[in-house]
Formats: sequence, structure tokens, C-alpha cells
Amino acid sequence: MTIAQVQIRDRSSEESCVADNGFCPDWIWDNFDRYVDPFWDHVYLTVVAVAIGFLISFGLALLAYRRRWLVAPIVNVTGILYTVPSLAAFFLLLPITGRGTTTALIALVAYTLLIIFRNVLAGLDNVPEEAKDAGRGMGLTQRQLLWRVELPLAVPEIVAGVRVAATTTVGLATLAFFAGAGGLGGEIFADINFKSNVVTAGGLCVLLAAVLDLGLLLVQRAVSPWSRA
Amino acid sequence: MKAATLEFQEATKVYAGSPEPAVDRLSLEVPAGEICVLVGPSGCGKTTAMRMANRMIDMTSGDILLDGRSVGERRPAELRREIGYAIQQVGLFPHMTVAGNVATVPRLLGWDRKRIAARVDELLELVSLDPAETRDRYPSQLSGGQRQRVGVARALAVDPPLMLMDEPFGAIDPINRERLQNEFLRLQEEIRKTVVFVTHDIDEAIKMGDRIAVLQKGGKLAQYAPPAELLAEPANEFVEDFVGADRALKRLSLQRVREVDLWQAPLVRDGERPPTGEFDVDYPLVVDAAGRPVRWLSGSRAEPVIELDDVLRDALSEMLQHETQYAPVVDARGAVAGVLSVEIIGQSLAP
Repeated sequence: MTIAQVQIRDRSSEESCVADNGFCPDWIWDNFDRYVDPFWDHVYLTVVAVAIGFLISFGLALLAYRRRWLVAPIVNVTGILYTVPSLAAFFLLLPITGRGTTTALIALVAYTLLIIFRNVLAGLDNVPEEAKDAGRGMGLTQRQLLWRVELPLAVPEIVAGVRVAATTTVGLATLAFFAGAGGLGGEIFADINFKSNVVTAGGLCVLLAAVLDLGLLLVQRAVSPWSRA
Repeated sequence: MKAATLEFQEATKVYAGSPEPAVDRLSLEVPAGEICVLVGPSGCGKTTAMRMANRMIDMTSGDILLDGRSVGERRPAELRREIGYAIQQVGLFPHMTVAGNVATVPRLLGWDRKRIAARVDELLELVSLDPAETRDRYPSQLSGGQRQRVGVARALAVDPPLMLMDEPFGAIDPINRERLQNEFLRLQEEIRKTVVFVTHDIDEAIKMGDRIAVLQKGGKLAQYAPPAELLAEPANEFVEDFVGADRALKRLSLQRVREVDLWQAPLVRDGERPPTGEFDVDYPLVVDAAGRPVRWLSGSRAEPVIELDDVLRDALSEMLQHETQYAPVVDARGAVAGVLSVEIIGQSLAP
């Protein structure tokens, strides 16, 4: 597959800044519209991929928490998924799932699994033994202990994992356009020599990553006020 | 809830892969409302024995009866909600406030909000914490002693008929530990729970226990007796060693001055003649108008002054400190109640 180098500007009539591939605020202002839809595609890819990745890894971590023998196989499989070069993953999936959002999401989800799984498990493992003992001794069932004591105490580490996964996914999603899923990556590669273009699309990626990261941090603070006490 | 009796019947625990039992046919009965201390060196199975009572550990054979009913036929989670549980590391939930921690079991039992809030405040006061000040704090904002108190309050939340306490004051500095022990004893006067109290410290056992079960390696019960009997008549060499070479002195700390027969000395008010007659002590003691000791008539100082509520051990220590054989004893108003002598203390140890 070849990557079409689409011309997004008319070089002949533009002033010299644009013609010189420079950083041109005026051009960005006039052309900002073209980045809005790809930006929302990017948000969609990132949020959905992290949400699905979270559900899968969270479920796996709960399973593996009680059945320790599952830890090694899960870490191995998600580890392999994590090390497949991202670009290769998109192309490997194309013959199976075709071009489109599904393909991109599968690959993006695969990258979140190891990070989130390990953090959920670490969070659960770090719950103080004496708190668990006291909980059991007072008559909490296994399930009550998990939902009322262990998981709330693991929240800071779980959210930390989701934050890393979210920022990583924002970056990886720039490659999603290779699978035909759009996103800011399409804009970046459309005219990779033009600074104004790269800075705008890239800047939106950074902004998205920062907003997601901060948002998750605020969520964590809100649901675990004790961790600051 | 009324205190329950707890009865171990040949309770035995053998851990998988271990040739020797951790607890070996333990039989003992804890009467309702008494503190039974399980004491012994580490590895003697005392914690295992305690944890079999609320099925945190399931016994291999034998039985444990709570108010005549086998704990084996109860569902563990339900059984545990009826049994207070306090451990050395306290194990407060770091993500819950003090109120949330204390409310753990009431919530499990589905109490309504109002009842829980009222009970939390009542319990915090019971363990000498100011509810308004501590209720909304997180455990990390409390001192070690405060955490222990919250732990005890939490264990008492639903007024359980039995309390299990595993070295509850073990991680506290000696001064606060002593204070918590005294507070708990005072609390126990009020609530009269059946308590199984685990410790490795024989002094704590003697102080806290109505009865003491000494366990030795292999989980065998060496002796089960009230503290005074344990100290006076150790059942075997192991118990004798374990209670220590100073067991006679330890016995002195179990008796108060008011429990021994004091000697009477002739009392003289200043300027009066000494009374005649037969007295245990030949030396007249000068007292003031209110009957308080001033000095011996011979001129030596009437020190130390012992109080009726002092334990014999402290009284003896003070007399040794002042290099004297006799000391006046005063009642709560400060008036002379008699004279304590080293000889009386010696006799108090005689069977």
C-alpha cells in the first residue's frame, strides 16, 4: 500500500510563509476547520479503545487475582501483543478485519491490555494484608472484601495504569489512518513537510493527551480522597 | 448482646505438610464475661487457636462451641459478624473514615443510617475518643494509640457476645500500652464481654487475664488457671520458666494492700501519752487531729506512706527504697488504717 501525499494547500498563490513550509498562524487560523473532524475521530478512537481495553484487562486481572496461575499466561500473551510494532499490527489485521475503525480499535485495545492488567493486579496486591485480614475477620465475604476494600484501595494504581494507557493510545492512534480509521494521523501524514500542518495536528494530539491525563487524575482524586489525607 | 461461653473441645489444627499439630487437642472453657488470655512463646499455636474460634482457620478435628453451639455448623461470614475481632496491626481500612471503619459490621447487617451514626458516636466515646473530632478523619491522620482505640470500637460495634483480640496493644509504646490496657480493663468492667486475648507477654497476660492458658510448643496446653494460681503453682517446669524467676514478685502485683491483714500500732496525738496495751508494733505512731501520720514517736520519719489500693509489689518497692521494715497505711481520706511490714508481705505469698 502506498501512502498518498495529498496536497492540502495551493502553493502557487500563497504567501511565502506557506510556500516555505513555515509555521504560519494565519494559515492555521484560516484552515483550522479541516482538523475538527479528524480530532473527534481521534478522541473517539482513544476513548473507546481505552474503555474496551480497561474492561478486558480489569476482568482478566480480577480472574487472575484469585487464580494466580493465570498471571503468567496473561502477561505473556498481552506482552507479545504489546511488542508487535504498531504499524505492523494494523497491516496484519487488514486482511482479516478489513479497513476501518474496527481494525484500528482492535490494535489499539491490544496495546492497552498489558499496562492496565499489570496495574490493576499490582493495586490489588498492594492492599495491606492486615486490612484484608480485619475485613475477613469481621465477616465480609470474598466478594464484599473485593468491592468494598480491595478495589477502592487499588483505585490510585488502577487509574495510574489507565492514564498511561490513554496517553500511549493518543500517540498510537495517529497511525490509525493506515487502517482507514481517520484521526489526526491522516492530517499529519497528508503534508508532513508543512510545519503549520504538523504543529497543528500534533499539537491537538498533545492537547488531547494532556486533557485526558488531567481528567483521569481528577477522577482519581475525587474517588479516593483518602489517598491525599 | 449477652456474653457467651466459649468452649474448646479437643480442638486440633494440623497444617498441611506439617508433621506436628499447630494446636494439639486444646480443651478449655471460657466462662461468659471473662477474659481468657492465650499466652506462650512464638510458634505455640496461640493465634491459630484464637482464629479457629471465628473460623478464620478451620480446625482439623475437635470442636469449638459458642454458647453451646458448634462454630463448625455456622456460615463463616455470619459467625464472624457476631464475634468482635481486633488484631495487632489494627487493620483499619485506609480508604474509610473513622466512622466508616467503625460502621463496617453494622452496615453488613443492614442497620439504618441514623442508628449507625448514633452507635458510632457512642462507641467512640466508649473508647475515649472525641466523636466530633475523630469521626471524619482517615486512619492515616491518627496516632497509633488512637488507631488501636478505633480498632477496639470497630470490634465492639454490634455489641458482640465474644471478642477475639490478637496482641491488640502489641505495637504500642510501653506508656500508651499501659494506658490502653487500663482503659480496656475499665471498659470490660462495663461491657463484660467474653474475651479471648492473645499475647506473648506474660506480664500482660497476668494483668489482663481472669484466666490464663499457657501454651507450649506443639500447641499443647500446659496450664489453664487464674493468674494467682498460675504464679503460685506452675503445673510444670515449662510454665515455671515461662512465668519467670520473679514470679513471687509478680504475685505481689496481683494483691492489694487492703487484701492483707495489717498490723496495728499504738497511735498518739501530738503531746499525748501513748496508749497502753498489746500492739503488733511496739513503736507508737504520731498522728494529727485528722488521724494522718506525722512521724514515729521515736523521731524517725513515717515514710513511705502506703495507700490501701496500692499493689503489694509497689508497696514493697517503696519500703525498700526508704530502707524501712514498716510503713503506715492510709485510707482514702489519708487517715492511718494500719501498718504494713515486710513480714506481712512475705506471709502473703504463703499458700
